[in-house]
This record gives sequence, C-alpha cells and structure tokens, in this order.
Amino acid sequence: MNDKNKIIAGLIVFLALFTFPVWYNLGKAAPAPEVILTEKAKEAKVCVMPTEYMRANHMQLLDHWRHEVVRNAKRVFVNADGKEYTMSLSNTCLDCHSNKADFCDKCHDYASVSPYCYECHIDNPKGE
Amino acid sequence: MLELTFKGGKAYYGWVLALLATIGAGFALYLWQLDFGLGITGMSRDVSWGFYIANFTYLVGVAAGGVMVVLPYYLHDYKAYGRITVLGEFLAIAAIVMCLSFIIADLGQPMRALNVLLYPTPNSILFWDMIVLNGYLFLNLVIGWNVLEAERNGTKYQQWLKPFIYLSIPWAISIHTVTAYLYCGMPGRHFWLTAILAPRFLSSAFAAGPALLIVMCLFIRKFTNFDPGKEQIQTLAKTVAYAIVINVFFFLCEIFVAFYSNIPGHMDHIKYLFVGLHGHGVMVPWMWASMILMVLGIILTVNPATRRNESTLLVGCLVIILGTWIDKALGMIAGGFVPNPLHEVNEYVPTLPEIGIALGVYALGALVLTLFYKMAISVKEEVRA
Amino acid sequence: MESRRSFLKVAGVAALGLGTTPALKAVAASGEAGGGAPQPQVKKGAKALTAKQWAMVIDTRKLQTAADVEPLIEACNKIHNVPHFNNKNHEIKWIWETEFKHAFPDKSNSFLNESVEHRPFPVLCNHCENPPCVRACPTKATFKRESDGIVLMDFHRCIGCRFCMVACPYGARSFNFRDPKPFIKEMNRKFPHRMKGVVEKCNFCAERLAVGEMPACVEASQGAIAFGDLYDPHSPVRELLKENFTIRRKQVLGTEPSVYYIV
Repeated sequence: MNDKNKIIAGLIVFLALFTFPVWYNLGKAAPAPEVILTEKAKEAKVCVMPTEYMRANHMQLLDHWRHEVVRNAKRVFVNADGKEYTMSLSNTCLDCHSNKADFCDKCHDYASVSPYCYECHIDNPKGE
Repeated sequence: MLELTFKGGKAYYGWVLALLATIGAGFALYLWQLDFGLGITGMSRDVSWGFYIANFTYLVGVAAGGVMVVLPYYLHDYKAYGRITVLGEFLAIAAIVMCLSFIIADLGQPMRALNVLLYPTPNSILFWDMIVLNGYLFLNLVIGWNVLEAERNGTKYQQWLKPFIYLSIPWAISIHTVTAYLYCGMPGRHFWLTAILAPRFLSSAFAAGPALLIVMCLFIRKFTNFDPGKEQIQTLAKTVAYAIVINVFFFLCEIFVAFYSNIPGHMDHIKYLFVGLHGHGVMVPWMWASMILMVLGIILTVNPATRRNESTLLVGCLVIILGTWIDKALGMIAGGFVPNPLHEVNEYVPTLPEIGIALGVYALGALVLTLFYKMAISVKEEVRA
Repeated sequence: MESRRSFLKVAGVAALGLGTTPALKAVAASGEAGGGAPQPQVKKGAKALTAKQWAMVIDTRKLQTAADVEPLIEACNKIHNVPHFNNKNHEIKWIWETEFKHAFPDKSNSFLNESVEHRPFPVLCNHCENPPCVRACPTKATFKRESDGIVLMDFHRCIGCRFCMVACPYGARSFNFRDPKPFIKEMNRKFPHRMKGVVEKCNFCAERLAVGEMPACVEASQGAIAFGDLYDPHSPVRELLKENFTIRRKQVLGTEPSVYYIV
C-alpha cells in the first residue's frame, strides 16, 4: 500500500482531464437560438402537427415518414385535422421552411446534432 | 495475468512499438478511406469484394484451425496437447479480431454496422456469420483465459468450463462453414456454387491453422524458456499433412467436375485463374505459385524424413501458409467475380492504401497474438520454474 | 415483417422510437376531446398505380440502334440523379445497354442472326419474384415490397456490405465507391441522390408509380417497353406475353425475373 500517493495523484490527473470540457466551457454557453419563420410558414400558422409536437418530435415524425414512404409505399400524411400532405422532406417541409440555415441549422448546431439528411436530400428544392 | 504483458526485454518492447506504429499507419489510411469512400481500393462494380474479404476468409480458417489442438486434447484426452491448447485458442482470438476488423474495414457505412443487430435478418448468412464469429471469440476468451489462470494457480480449471469447451469444437467448424455459405449459396456465381466449398475451406483451414501454430511453436522454443514439445509439433505436422492433401484432392475434384462436364460457366472461372480469359490473366502466376507451394508442402509434410526434420518441416509449413493464402484469399475472390455475371472480364488488383489498411489489421492481430502469447508463455515459464 | 410496423398502425405517428410516451402525451394533449380525437394517418396517394407484381416487357425489335436506347437511359439517369464516373470501377448503372451475348450469356449462339447480334439490349434490375439479393441483405435494407413486388433499397439502412451485389446474378447493382454528388451533371431537385458507401439500383420508378406516372424509361421508349401487372390478365404486359414469345435472363436460376424480352 505504499503506492498511495501515486494512486491519489493519478486519480487527480484523471479527474482533471475527465472534467476538462466542463470547466473549460464554464460560463461560455451560447444563447439558445430563436426560431425564424419564413413568410410562408407564418402565413400557414400550423405545421403538419401542432407546434409543440413538432418542436419536440420532428425527428421521430421524419423517421416515421421515411419508413412509410420508402418501405410501405405510403406517401400521403393525413393529420388529425384531416389535412393531407405529401411526406417529403425536400418537397413539403422545405417548401415552407425554405430558410434551412436559419430554421434548421442554427438549432442543430446549438444542440450539437448533425443529421445527415442533406447528404442525399436537396436542401433548397427551389434552387434559390 | 495481464500484468505479465508489461514485463519484457528490449526486443519485446521494440516489436510491440513497431506493431503499434503499423496499426497507427493503417488506421490513418483507414481514416482516409472513411472520408473518401471505398473508392481508394481497387474494388469495382464487378469485383465488389476484394482484399479485405479475401483476408477475412483466410483468417476465419486460421481461427477454426485452432480446434485441431483443442479437439484431440479434450475429446480424445491426448495429454501431450495440454501444453499447447492455449496457444491454439489464443491464435484463434487473434485471428477473429482480425476477421472482425476486416469486416469493418470493408463496410461502406461502418457507423451503421449495428443495424445488423437492430434489424436481425436470419435469412442472411452475414447475420449468422456475425453470431458465430463473435460467439467463437467469446468462447476462446473465456476458455483460454480460465484454463491458463488455473494452470498458473496450480489447479484444474473450473467444472463449468467443460460445456463451453465441448461447444467450442463444433463451433469452430461452424465459423468456417458459415463463411463458406456466404459464397456457395449465391446463384449465378458458378465458381463458388459447389457443395464442397465448406469442406474445402475446412481442409485448407486445418492445414493453414496448425501450420501457423507449428511456426509459432518453433519460434517460442527458440526465443523463450518454454518448449512446446517435439511430440506436439510432430502430431500437429501430421494433421497439416492430412489436411493439405485433402485440400488439394478437393480442388482436383472441382477441376474434374468443371472440365469433364464441360459446362462453360464452371470452366471459365478456373480458366481465368490458371490460363487467363480473353487476354486477362493477372492471377495466372499467383495461382500456379499457389499450386506449386501446396504440392511442395505435401512433399515436405507427408514424407517422414522431411517431416521429422524440424528445419524442413518449418519450410513445409511456411509454403503451406503462403500457398493456401493465395488459393483461398486471392483466388477465391478473383475467381468468383471474374468473369462477371454478364460474362465480361474486369480484373481486380488491390491498391496500395488497401494493402496498407490490411497490413494495419494484420499488425493488430499480431499485437493481440503477441500480448496473449506473452501472457501464456510467462505463465508456463513461471509454472515450470 | 416488422412488429414495429403493426405497432405503428395502432399507436399512430407519435408512437415511433424511443420518445414514445412524451410524444403520445403531446398528441393526446393537442386533440380536442382526448380519447376520441382523430389520429394522424398515412395512406397512398389518390393517383397511385398499384399491382400485385409490376413487370416489364421490352420489345427489342423496336430498339434497333443505340440511338433508340440512349434516350431511355438518359431519362432514367436524369430523373434519378445517377452520377457519371469516368473511372469504370466506380460506375453507377440503373439501366444500361449491352450486347445480346452479355445480357443472355447462356443463350448466346456462335452464329446469331445479325440483327440480334448488333442490337443494343437494355438491362436493368429484374425485380425478381425470388430475389437472391433480398435473401443476402443482413439488415433488410434491400427488400421486396409486398404491396407490388418491387425490389427496393432503403438507403438509410444500407451498411454497404455489398453482399447483395455478390448475390445478384444480373450485375444490376452498383456501389457508391465515393461521394456521387460532384458527378451528377444536372441535379433533379425533386429526387434525392445517394451518399458514399451505399448500394443502389433501378427502383422501377416507385416514386413515379406513386403519383400515377409510368416509369421514366417506359415513357421515353415510345412504345418499345410495356409496363403493367404481371398478375392482371388484361394488363398490357400480359397482352404482349400472350401474343409473343419472350425470354428472360438466366431463368434457370429460379429467380423469376419480372423483365421479359421480345427478341
């Protein structure tokens, strides 16, 4: 047990390194980004599902959409109000939310998520 | 027991560092591949599997070959092998680590590899390959480790290990059978569409695996204080001799069926390998070299005088390792994919980065083998001291 | 096929994945009357074309020269953002032309009639009834769609193991050996492209059938290619099969290709 000092020193070094990201970033938190809507989106007032739901679960909804379109040949989404939408990220979502940089990227960057949807799906379907 | 891997001389540490450097270089190349895509390899639309899967196939054989010491010891109570079973098991561990690494290196989207678990698909042979390979790794880790530890403590291994040991024997056969099924269940790939592909794989495995083990034993005797034993090496040599003869026999059976039946689909792939097809023949010298090496291996291991002489036996084992590697790794892939399903000839040659990544994987396997063997031999030296 | 799917049908859109409980609550809260509130649904489009097994009959007599075949290949490539690589190893092909002896290596005679010998044969995925590629795929990323028999790719799921390419006896599959984006001449903004590391192939224009359109190559073929339901005795495909002798590629393998050729 004469290694006590070495063990304690090792533990301290480990803890320091392990918690480095926390104290390095202390007090540097960026403010949460504001969601910016396009005129078209503002006009529409509602999304395919209630805003609260979309904010929390849009990724699950998109996952569900892609599953139904790709695997089950179902391409039309009917929401609770009976309104129909084509299930397409590029052609439906981005039709209203054509400001991907402001609407999608800012929040994704803030949350440190990098979905790779746009490696294949067009991010500006209107070619603007 | 892990602490034993830290105690070594300069040569040992030098070797480990060299391996780590090679692994690092291979990994750097792999990062490039990850960024660019598999386009940095020589694979193509027509030859969609290449050097990675070729080496994977060969190494599954090396892993399965370990059973050739486990089976006589545990099933037939052949006591002499008690000294070296752990060497067979640890060789299998290193080989499986390389197999799994080669599979990962070959994936186009490796970060999605766990989809195989998320969407289990029993009709796919790859699904079963994943199960048998990981199972075999687990079995050998558990068995090898515990048996070695018991030896160190001067006790008999735990009773609960017995079922795992017995299970590991058919399991070894299964890993290579399933790997053969990856190939031989493909309609329209006539070179592989043969019921003796799994037996062929096994015979070549039972030649190459024990041959590699003999090389290891000779090395260990020369450079450590542990002698794996003359009898052990001689018995292994007989296994190698039988297996390599059977392997060449199986190959000749394939030749007979293809050429006596005279079915073009069956002949063309073999023609491509041995004489070239439509002017393409990059494999020709390799395949003949493989045949010559395997025949030389037969002569050296079957003939009692050259088998008993450990110098000629070593040469015999080395030529068998190389010959079966060319036959099963390079030939199996190239022969199966050329000509392609539309009967067009597009050849495959691995690129330098591809070979570099493969060397990195081999270095990883060598490192695993070095550490495990270091541990095993240290225990054996300790016990015998 | 997937328990997940039936579960979805019951629970509605919110029940997918890990966020099940909060998501369900969110939907319930948004409904006007709680339990009786209408649930979101998914369905086929009103104009969607359906079949038990889509099939194709290619009348190669009407496609005598490369100039006859190229427009339909071009139409497919353009619509599906198929890249063009100069490096032959990296080629991506959905539908392409080849000679009779390559399309039908087991049916080729040493002495063929000249017209057939020099005719360009369009070849593509056969959307087999017993597809070996589907058998081989370890993740169900390639699957035979039960509703209409199309053999499809789920690019989101493909791990790029290329087992399906090994399994396909028709060489119909291509792998993205590198990022295809820079090699797509003119991007069709209505259709996604692919990423490196996944396998792709002809999809029988599933996206066009879903909105009531015929496949692009069929449309561009000016009547040389017929498309319809193999199991509808009155479909254009069956009419042609009744009147003409047809062949399929490598029938002996038992894959039951859905692409028929009139020679």
